[in-house]
Amino acid sequence: MAKPTTQNHNGTALPAGTPAPDFSLHSTPDQAVKLSEFRGQPVVLAFYPADWSPVCGDQMALYNEMLGEFQSLGAELLGISVDGSWCHAAFSRDRKLHFPLLADFEPKGEVARLYGVYRQSEGVCERALFVIDADGIIHWSYVSPVGVNPGADGILSALEELQNQPEVK
Amino acid sequence: MSGPASISRLTLPDPKRDHIQGLIEAPIALVEYGDYECPYCGEAYSIIKAIQERLGGRLCFAFRNFPLVNSHPHAQHAAEAAEAAGAQGKFWEMHDLLFENQDALDDEDLAQYAAALKLDARRLIDEVLAGAHTARVREDFRSGARGGVNGTPTFFINGVRYEGPPDAGALLTAFADALNQTL
Repeated sequence: MAKPTTQNHNGTALPAGTPAPDFSLHSTPDQAVKLSEFRGQPVVLAFYPADWSPVCGDQMALYNEMLGEFQSLGAELLGISVDGSWCHAAFSRDRKLHFPLLADFEPKGEVARLYGVYRQSEGVCERALFVIDADGIIHWSYVSPVGVNPGADGILSALEELQNQPEVK
Repeated sequence: MSGPASISRLTLPDPKRDHIQGLIEAPIALVEYGDYECPYCGEAYSIIKAIQERLGGRLCFAFRNFPLVNSHPHAQHAAEAAEAAGAQGKFWEMHDLLFENQDALDDEDLAQYAAALKLDARRLIDEVLAGAHTARVREDFRSGARGGVNGTPTFFINGVRYEGPPDAGALLTAFADALNQTL
């Protein structure tokens, strides 16, 4: 089995090998998404600080372009920030995003805290990536400096590792 | 996970598949991942021209496609049109025309540029519409995604991602650092 890996600069993010805490968050004002619904396939959780800040825009735009690559590796992508679902709806429409943005809005940042990636002083999430395997275990996590777009290569490598991993059940 | 060695190979010019200006043996290899409809790539285009003039034979430049199709509705066809022009031997001529006309990139414009370059415009547009070069553009995109491209334009100098601003002075300084000598 490929060794799970974790890199993060703040040291508080849940490391690889940890079960991913389940949650249910709104993806639109009237729809919620529950993490455990995706059991059986890998999930990419992309926490980011805010909808309209320039680097986030680039990061989410990049992931939007790479959806085909993520999907070909069997994975579902979920974006998460503390913005509300109406804000997400406007941002998503503006950037033509084709994946859900989840609102970690009330209680604010609760899910980010569960994953150890909430920035108390600014009241926003870290720019943090988690790749969760089909059994709901964190396979890879990465926290990027907040102003730096982490790109997609780490996610792709982690997903490929999962795909090449022999079944160990 | 892939180590730094494989990443740098991925982001060095590859004479077997890349469109290259300059000699592959040149001491500085610059690879750009770009999008013909991206305004920052448009700015980078003239900067690269100036740098090429300044460095001459010391620079090998390769351009790979990284169209952000959700933000830029014409970027994919523009990229494929450049590849289709390449199939008729005029990749760089089309590349230049596209960057010089970033606000006019619909299919009719592409056909006009092909005619202006005395290419078989019908064949070029047929190839674009049939998706003859889609896989090639996707291959560029995928290599960028794997190499650490996180937006456009992204540059790699001798295989290493360039993190500085896309201006001539900063790029020249980075080249000098890569060569460990002043230019």
